[in-house]
Amino acid sequence: MSDEKKTAAYICKGCGLGDRLDCTELTTIAEKEGKAEIVREHEFLCNADGVAMIQKDIDEGANRIIINACSRRAKTEAFNFENVAMTRANLREGVIWSQPDTDDARETTQEMAADYVRMACAEIKFMSIPEENPEHGSNKRLLVVGGGISGMTSAIEAARAGYEVILVEKTGTLGGMAAQLYKRVPDHEDYADPQDTGVPEMIAEIGADGLITVKLDSTITRTSGAPGQFSVDITKESGVTETENVGAIIQASGFTNYDANNLPHLGYGKSPDVVDQAGLEALARAADGGAIKRPSDGKEVTSVAFIQCAGQRSSKKGELSYCSGHCCNTSIKQAMYFKDANPDVDATIIYTDLRTPGNGEDFYRSAQKKRVIFTKGEVSEVTTSGDELEVKFNDLILNEDTAMNADLVVLATGQVPNSGVNIEAATPVSVDEVEAAAEADESRINTEVDTGTVQEVSVLNLTYRQGKDLPHLRHGFSDSHFICFPYETRRTGIYTTGPVRRPMDIAQAKEDATGAALKAIQAIENSSLGRAAHPRSGDLSYPDFRKENCTQCKRCTVECPFGAIDETEDGYPLFNESRCRRCGTCMGACPVRIISFANYSVDTVGAQLKAVDMPDEFDEKPRMLVLACENDAYPAIDMAGMNGKRYSPYVRIVPVRCLGSVNTIWISDAMNSGYDMVMLMGCKHGDDYQCHFVKGSELANIRMSKIGDTLQTLNLEPERVVDYEVAITDIDRIPQLINDAAEIIENIGMNPFKGF
Amino acid sequence: MRDKNAETMQKYHNDFLREVEANVEEGDWVHMCMQCGVCAGSCPLGDAWEHSPQKIFMMIRAGKREEVLTSDSMWMCTSCYNCIVRCPRELPITHIMHGLANYAHRLGIAPKMNPTRRFAKLFWNNIVKTGRVNELKLSISLYFMDGFTNGVKTSLEMTGMGLGMLKTGRLDAMGLLRSHGIKDKSGLHKALKKAREIEDARKGLS
Ligand code: SF4
Ligand code: SF4
Ligand code: SF4
Ligand code: SF4
Repeated sequence: MSDEKKTAAYICKGCGLGDRLDCTELTTIAEKEGKAEIVREHEFLCNADGVAMIQKDIDEGANRIIINACSRRAKTEAFNFENVAMTRANLREGVIWSQPDTDDARETTQEMAADYVRMACAEIKFMSIPEENPEHGSNKRLLVVGGGISGMTSAIEAARAGYEVILVEKTGTLGGMAAQLYKRVPDHEDYADPQDTGVPEMIAEIGADGLITVKLDSTITRTSGAPGQFSVDITKESGVTETENVGAIIQASGFTNYDANNLPHLGYGKSPDVVDQAGLEALARAADGGAIKRPSDGKEVTSVAFIQCAGQRSSKKGELSYCSGHCCNTSIKQAMYFKDANPDVDATIIYTDLRTPGNGEDFYRSAQKKRVIFTKGEVSEVTTSGDELEVKFNDLILNEDTAMNADLVVLATGQVPNSGVNIEAATPVSVDEVEAAAEADESRINTEVDTGTVQEVSVLNLTYRQGKDLPHLRHGFSDSHFICFPYETRRTGIYTTGPVRRPMDIAQAKEDATGAALKAIQAIENSSLGRAAHPRSGDLSYPDFRKENCTQCKRCTVECPFGAIDETEDGYPLFNESRCRRCGTCMGACPVRIISFANYSVDTVGAQLKAVDMPDEFDEKPRMLVLACENDAYPAIDMAGMNGKRYSPYVRIVPVRCLGSVNTIWISDAMNSGYDMVMLMGCKHGDDYQCHFVKGSELANIRMSKIGDTLQTLNLEPERVVDYEVAITDIDRIPQLINDAAEIIENIGMNPFKGF
Repeated sequence: MRDKNAETMQKYHNDFLREVEANVEEGDWVHMCMQCGVCAGSCPLGDAWEHSPQKIFMMIRAGKREEVLTSDSMWMCTSCYNCIVRCPRELPITHIMHGLANYAHRLGIAPKMNPTRRFAKLFWNNIVKTGRVNELKLSISLYFMDGFTNGVKTSLEMTGMGLGMLKTGRLDAMGLLRSHGIKDKSGLHKALKKAREIEDARKGLS
């Protein structure tokens, strides 16, 4: 392959393109303005003949390919060529399908198509061919941190798939919380009785598996490196440290029981006969199927009351605001401990909402059959009277304040994640944010610090510049988008599983841990090929920066959502390409614009937006630029076209990897080029973010809030730059937003910089 | 007989529930109620009575013996079967309602003046006499249930319907004088006596 650039442009006439567009004019544009060496029209470019035609040109030296046909999201198998840089002008979804097929519309439709051809030709000039990251590592071993149900399951599953595993557990035995249980909630038909935990069997399987190495009484005292090449210090209680190399890490550090000492009104700490669920498991293990005795005087319990949601689903300070998900089933199971040993024991469960996910409904029914009493009520207080406890509550069905006596009271408290130190409590997420906060004299940072759940001890001790542990999302649970990308944390190659991710029970943890193991394997395999992990799985491009121009502003190192960039001793950013997700947020952040990818850069987008043919002020043809996130916004726009939704022909749409990659220079370039409006369309940000790169759209939003001032100093209306949160389902809303923009322009007038 | 009426019940323990399970027809189902409230929302008489089936079942679990057994709610059940059809836990609600009513009646603590209870008594006494219902006698005793003046008033109001029933042969005009009883009346009485003995023994009543 030669380094010589040879550009070939192809114009498809299929799918109605030939009828609706003047393809001869498009060919001329590609030749004359786009300076493509080869320009060919084809009746159906995506068919075997069309693809063969392109391949033949490639074989003969073409290495910059422009497909002027359908959206880049369509026909990806057909237009899939090796060792070339390729771009695609979206003439089908983006032009003929979004514009009416009328004589009136013909002119503006053709203008749109012509501009997209110009833009593609301009973009390709700045693209080079991505090659695999030379810094990649190929270690295929997996480190699992935590030997509870989740960690053991991940280890077993990864070993079954043929991967070597190091399983590190901080205590002296495997099994974690589940090993402390007398029995577990059933996981098989007929979901009627508590069953054995299965922990000894799992420990035996791990012991017998030659691929799994267990390290007990050990913690992780240092983690550095990147996927495929992590280096980890594992330190024994005795102080002896070994260094191991692994390809990916699963953090299954589990949970701690919520401290029931925070609930004195429920009698905890006041009477030994008020226990939490863990306390009851200990009593049940001591009884081992016999009568459970109460702690105070060893009397056999004849009546027991369970209080659900103790210190949970609460708005009180110091209590948990969330539902821990397992505790209703757990109390049902514990009530059965009593009923199974002696049906004459009275077991009452006081709940506000009984939540029995999974097959818990059958389990609940089984408990009713065993005559466990369920009562919907809100407990206000537990008091001691003589040697009996009195539970005061409001019966929500009978609507009255009442009370019952019991020998023993069990509090269903929740799970607090062992997610390590909250690094974002100490580190800001954006440089601009710090400045903005200083200006506004109010801190937008650290609003999410939940003091009740912050932990002091680091789990991974990462050497990453952004902090020792994985970023948290809410309530101290590690940030791992639980719907779109479960297990994935904001540290590439490191996955969380089990209750450190969200509250869960044994059955859920096992399923979760299996998923995490698969994700870790995927990362290991991708990194050994020098490619990106999710969500741009397989992408070969990686960020490159021109060190000589760097001002050491630290924007990239602070703002990378994935902590991929460390710092050298002399203060320069140090890119860890294997940790990078290729979002381009660093590229958007850099004020001197020196970060780029082989096929995506400040220039590739800048050239596109400057390539459009800008009508002058009196043409009454405004131009709107949309920078659309390629994950959700761009597909939504495509789908709008597919569904025949019409939008203004004055818009020009450029896909971007993530709004985080939008460099503000593009906005000023657009304004200087004469666009009347710039619209950013990206995913929802904030706590329930949908941004595929977590912080990208949020950072874009922060940057755009600063742009307003700049516009004003240029005497431009701040309305000219807008930032919309859109979802992939917004196929009606996005065309509306585009059409509304045309109206806004009518109100504020055309961009006065046109033609300068 | 133990004086069950005087026993005190532990709240939210199984005491009263056990009594209901042992003595009330289909009472064994009460513990399966999951308090969803579908029965309460389905009952066409929902507004007319104090405690919906849902509440009655919760009261049983809460140990509210006195309140449950003296309630007139279960006497109001019309056996429309809406609740049975809809109950997600498939409780035979209607039967439990009648079972509770019967149990309260047998214990002598059912509400004395409840009209459905009184009608039920009239009906029973009427039918067991000959083994067949005597409509005329039953209607008259029903009309005169609340005294002579009321009885005359109601009878006059119902004249039209009475005549209609006569015409269609639904009412025997000579009913006051003769009764079409069954053949083996004493056999029926014996059978009923035996049935009551068995039931009483089971429920611990005398
Ligand atoms: S699972 Fe049950 S006990 Fe636990 S918080 Fe939820 S509702 Fe309450
Ligand atoms: S599904 Fe899970 S999270 Fe949702 S309410 Fe039920 S237990 Fe809570
Ligand atoms: S592209 Fe994204 S993940 Fe990669 S270094 Fe830049 S900001 Fe970080
Ligand atoms: S953002 Fe750009 S200038 Fe700032 S440290 Fe990173 S590379 Fe250097």
